[in-house]
Amino acid sequence: MFDYAFLILLLPFLSFLLLGLLGMKMPKKVAGIIGTCVLAVLFGLSLYTAYHYFFYTGEYEAMKETFHVVNGRLDGGQGVYPTVTVFNFTWLRFTELLTFNIGFRLTPISVMMLIVITTVSFMVHIYSFGYMAERDENYKAEGYEKGFQRFYAFLSLFTMSMLGLVVATNIFQMYLFWELVGVCSYLLIGFYYPKHAAVHASKKAFIVTRFADLFFLIGILFFSFYVGTFNYDMNVTPGLTEKLTAIAANPALQWVLPTALFLMFIGGAGKSAMFPLHIWLPDAMEGPTPVSALIHAATMVVAGVYQVASLLPIYIQFHATEQLHWIAYIAAFTAFYAAAVACAQRDIKRGLAFSTISQIAYMLVALGVCTSLEGEGSLGYMASMFHLFTHAMFKALLFLCSGAIIVIIGSNFKDYMGGLHKYMPITNICFLIGTIAISGFWPLAGFFSKDEIVDACFNFAPALGWFMTLVSGMTAFYMFRLYYVIFWGQSYYELDPEHRRRPQEVPFVMWGPLVLLAIISCVAGWIPFGHFVSLNGLPEEIALQHFEFGSTAWFSLLAATIGFGLATWMYAGKKQPVADALERTFPKLHKAALNRFYIDDAWQFFTHKIVFGCFSIPIAWFDRHVIDGTFNFLAWGTNEAGESIRPWQSGDVRQYAVWFITGTVALTLVLLCLV
Amino acid sequence: MSWILTIFVIIPVLMLFGLWMARNDNQVRGVMATGATVLLAAAIWLTIYFVQQRNAGNNDAMLLANSVTWFAPLHIDFAVGVDGISTVMILLSAIIVFTGTFASWQLEPMKKEYFLWFVLLSSGVFGFFISTDMFTMFMFYEVALIPMYLLIGVWGTGPKEYSAMKLTLMLMGGSSLLILGILGIYYFTGATTMDVSKLASLHMDVTAQKVFFPFVFIGFGVLGALFPFHTWSPDGHASAPTAVSMLHAGVLMKLGGYGCLRIAMFIMPDGLAMWAPFFLVLTCISVVYGALSACVQTDLKYINAYSSVSHCGMVLFALLMMTQTAITGAILQMLSHGLMTALFFAVIGMIYHRCGTRDVRQLGGLMKIIPFLAVAYVVAGLANLGLPGFSGFVAEMTIFVGSFENGGMFHRVATIIACTSIVITAVYILRVVGKILYQAVPNKKFFELHDATWDERVAVGGLIFCVAGLGLCPLFFQDIIVNAVKPIFNTIIANAPAVSALANM
Repeated sequence: MFDYAFLILLLPFLSFLLLGLLGMKMPKKVAGIIGTCVLAVLFGLSLYTAYHYFFYTGEYEAMKETFHVVNGRLDGGQGVYPTVTVFNFTWLRFTELLTFNIGFRLTPISVMMLIVITTVSFMVHIYSFGYMAERDENYKAEGYEKGFQRFYAFLSLFTMSMLGLVVATNIFQMYLFWELVGVCSYLLIGFYYPKHAAVHASKKAFIVTRFADLFFLIGILFFSFYVGTFNYDMNVTPGLTEKLTAIAANPALQWVLPTALFLMFIGGAGKSAMFPLHIWLPDAMEGPTPVSALIHAATMVVAGVYQVASLLPIYIQFHATEQLHWIAYIAAFTAFYAAAVACAQRDIKRGLAFSTISQIAYMLVALGVCTSLEGEGSLGYMASMFHLFTHAMFKALLFLCSGAIIVIIGSNFKDYMGGLHKYMPITNICFLIGTIAISGFWPLAGFFSKDEIVDACFNFAPALGWFMTLVSGMTAFYMFRLYYVIFWGQSYYELDPEHRRRPQEVPFVMWGPLVLLAIISCVAGWIPFGHFVSLNGLPEEIALQHFEFGSTAWFSLLAATIGFGLATWMYAGKKQPVADALERTFPKLHKAALNRFYIDDAWQFFTHKIVFGCFSIPIAWFDRHVIDGTFNFLAWGTNEAGESIRPWQSGDVRQYAVWFITGTVALTLVLLCLV
Repeated sequence: MSWILTIFVIIPVLMLFGLWMARNDNQVRGVMATGATVLLAAAIWLTIYFVQQRNAGNNDAMLLANSVTWFAPLHIDFAVGVDGISTVMILLSAIIVFTGTFASWQLEPMKKEYFLWFVLLSSGVFGFFISTDMFTMFMFYEVALIPMYLLIGVWGTGPKEYSAMKLTLMLMGGSSLLILGILGIYYFTGATTMDVSKLASLHMDVTAQKVFFPFVFIGFGVLGALFPFHTWSPDGHASAPTAVSMLHAGVLMKLGGYGCLRIAMFIMPDGLAMWAPFFLVLTCISVVYGALSACVQTDLKYINAYSSVSHCGMVLFALLMMTQTAITGAILQMLSHGLMTALFFAVIGMIYHRCGTRDVRQLGGLMKIIPFLAVAYVVAGLANLGLPGFSGFVAEMTIFVGSFENGGMFHRVATIIACTSIVITAVYILRVVGKILYQAVPNKKFFELHDATWDERVAVGGLIFCVAGLGLCPLFFQDIIVNAVKPIFNTIIANAPAVSALANM
């Protein structure tokens, strides 16, 4: 039934090869159409897969003949949806037992991710037709090489890698595709390579995530050494549960699993931009906006969340709950920090980027507060995945809207915007929908998913619950601030209409995807998500969907309303006296927030002053002068020695005669003495 | 059939003859292209034949083995034979010779003389890999070293006389240690043979092993860029002409690792057990030190030379880890690094040929002007930093997983330190890519550059194909290698219990 699954990885790869090798020889349109068609097929296949996976539960028995099917509950018990391994072949064999497999695995969350990735990617493919063409026009004047085809080739490669990541059957496969998405991100952030900022940002993104991946790799090495497999599916690998139990019970090895898991999480924290490894994500906004929507909002940056979610049963069953709590605290701090920084950004894309960091942190908090496989303690898992799903939709929507604005305005900065509601009505509505959804107002998507998270936090510790409620208030504040400064307030165009380009609505290829995503953002909250995804594999009800509002729901609604009210009070008008006054009153605070509290500078100091200054440069000097010097000295010494005895071989017969006679006499004397 | 392996020496000799007869440039090119293609075809045939034989159940340690007495008083034979390791090394050499030929297609001046030395060098390399006799190996090793002096000294760039002299003297210093070691092995086993496998089964005197192990290991280690004997590498590579850099970094440096495994470790396991921690520290330094030095270099070739120090250090590092997986990884890394670095040097040579400078600070924006070469550079860079899909990932991951199987605390720490090189590699690769390929073009002259010609495309394309091929389907080569590593590893473990203790610490 899932025999076609290999196509899901193969098609985008072929499309990448085709566009990468021959793309420059084909017209722009053709390249774009090839990429988009492949994505359309993938989107169809994913929907088909999800449909069969979730709604034809009766067919699993028949499937067992062809595929490896195991009951769905993560602890091995009977669940609703099984884990289906469609194929799993050996790619590399380290030892007889330890093999590196590449496979295709369907679980509730991997199927959900298939949907998320292909939906957003498909929308982005369509949208890019308009966006990249417009951008090309803008850049032509500056003499940049265009690369519409290159863009679609990279998008295909990225889609392939991301899909490979989510269907991974083992951690090493995940790591492989993890690196691949990293490099796609590098290539796409640096897409406008003649720009210094873009090159710098791409380099930064790659190196920061690579640094985090180092820990991921070491974590994998620890894990695989002690556990003897890379598979993270306890119910797929025979004997894995027993082995893990044995390790967890052995006092000498008790540290191994938690340490390995936490090291892997650091890798995830790098990809998912958790504090203090978040520094690359805001800079990554140098890439084309559709890329920001796809990679840096909806899919790649949630890889860390997906990783922790995939390993969550191991965390819980094998006493790594303490590590989970650290994850929750790190994430909670990140959520607050990013929200605070987002309030001060002038660049709308960076504002959205910090909002992304904050929202991803929500997902990780929800995973971190999971304390048990059953009951209330397991709520966070479902909430996290639900938020991942809805966030992907409305954040992609927000980014694509901002892309539409940037194309029209030609700048990322809010100072050039304002009053756009008159000129871009469709974008205005879509952005508003996205803003309401992310702020968590009923009945849009964000309300349901975020409230589940806050609920899970209250179950874990009331203080954390209050804290996250506060952050959700901040979310509403900074998002509405952004909305007001873009669409309301003083219009930049109207200040000098004769010399400035009149803003207008974007073409259909661009607003079409916006409207679709806006519709999804409206209705996604009503999906009975708990029926499909839950930690113990049994259906869960989301009470809010049945209009049963708990107290937490009211609190977060209240917080969001306050945030909304404050933003309206401060930013809705043509002039913003309150905001300006605040800026004047706390200039240092404002400056610090604008500069992201100087975390970037700290890292800069670390790499440039410590790594380069204290290691690289001295080592290079040492190599040239000490080591090379030693060998040159040896050579010089040999040479000098030769030079110094050269006069002995003078060719002067009289001198030789003197030496000869002296030698003979000396030898004779010595012999005489001896005798 | 039994002497078929000698074609790898006979073809270069015939090529030498053909080159000697050649009257003009086109004839020289014709001889080179034909010869290199035949060599490549022979190497591919050998690989396929080897796999077929193994699949058919032929489990001899050495296939196609044969020998004839060469100098009876010292029991020197001309003995040939291949196992999985030498098969892949021969394939690697043939690929590099083939692509190197095309990379020097337009070389001036004295094309004929250049190719004469080039072919002589490659005959030494092939001879080394097909030999199973310790002394013949040494002889071919020397054959491969000498032409290097002339190739760099005559056709090189920059301070070429200094570099050529330095390289030759340091490698000669290495081979003087080597010959001492070989004689030591010969006398202290009391053997009546120089055949490596037979020597390994003879249980050399333990004290003698401990004395002579460092001679052989350092002797080969100099060629494998073992810290602190690596300094010939940056100068030598920087001065060498393109194809010589390719052949040298791609194949010649692999002789070091190959020799360390085949002679030093295989014959003297007790020496290994004693010296392994010491050399492990040195190789670990090589790995990190090379990578860190590469971060601040400004000459493209220096960057790649230091990167080679780091990657070749990884080969020796993995060998010393003494687990079967790590040794397999070391061989994979030899193969992978050979291909990657040849690609890198080829592209750097082509960029230098066009721009007239290798200084990172003076280059920029090449992506726009010479896209083919720029993309090739990016591919080489990504392969070098271990991107999945290219060979580097496969080799490095095998090494890391293998090294981690060695459970000693000391080995753990060493492995983790070596792992950090993957981050540092990313730093120096991306720094250069960002500077020379992207951003603005600093020099108006560069706008007139032309992209790669067909012969350069053959060289670069062929190497990219190989790097990606090994990266996408590694299992084929891994199986060949594991088959060969297993008996060697088992012999080492069986002969020296101390090593197995080391491996299970």
